[in-house]
Amino acid sequence: MTDFTPLASLAGGALIGLAASSLLLTNGRIAGISGILGGLVDGDPQARLQRVAFIVGLVLGGVALALATPEVFGTRGDGVSLALLGVAGVLVGYGTRLGGGCTSGHGVCGIARFSRRSIAATMTFMATGAITVFVVRHVVAS
Amino acid sequence: MKAALAALCAGLLFALGLGLAGMTNPAKVQNFLDFTGSWDASLAFVMVGAIAVYALAWRVVRQRARPLFEPVFQPPPATVIDAKLVGGAALFGVGWGLSGFCPGPAIVSLGSGSTGPLVFVGGMVVGMLLKRVTMPAMARSVRA
Repeated sequence: MTDFTPLASLAGGALIGLAASSLLLTNGRIAGISGILGGLVDGDPQARLQRVAFIVGLVLGGVALALATPEVFGTRGDGVSLALLGVAGVLVGYGTRLGGGCTSGHGVCGIARFSRRSIAATMTFMATGAITVFVVRHVVAS
Repeated sequence: MKAALAALCAGLLFALGLGLAGMTNPAKVQNFLDFTGSWDASLAFVMVGAIAVYALAWRVVRQRARPLFEPVFQPPPATVIDAKLVGGAALFGVGWGLSGFCPGPAIVSLGSGSTGPLVFVGGMVVGMLLKRVTMPAMARSVRA
């Protein structure tokens, strides 16, 4: 179980929206995490320094969170093997590049523009995510 | 340089938002996806908050001739709904459900020093490389 945290989640979401908005205002770019990282992996010369800087910002933010409120990272470590995490990572990396975005690029920035493409992508990954959790927790585990 | 500093600050703020929202806790993400079990609706509120702010910003900011530190806005992403979009999103969802990680929170979680996020992000880079090798033609196309 995890606690239902509507207010903190709404406020955190607003901060995410603000961060994405600031990247649009200053640099004119969409804050899609898989696209920003994927451009580096592809060796895309465009905006390489900005991409690195954004990702360094994410990691530094993570370090700050770890120092101030380490509980935000949860207390898992039960049952999820490193091998499974590696496989999941490959699926996420391949899938987000094939589908052109992830929860940030499609789920936030795309939906906020009322992009039909992003709405279709978001409905798809929510559906397969829910099916996967259902299978793992309620079929395999029982 | 200004653009890079702005990107760094945006990344920092993004990370703090993810942490406050609960997105860096994989169990919370998996509970959001667990409609028939221990459902935690919190992440719907994350999306509402983020989309509301960005929808407003999109309307206001795009009225400018150009961004503050760059000559042009990135061109509008593709609009076509095809098998790549749906297939890619479907694969992503499976990995998301298995791990409770999507790309942003996984990268932020590197800051926690735990091994799990490191393995996940390593896998993610491998998956992106696989995509680049198997379908290089799409590698430079614009993304949503």
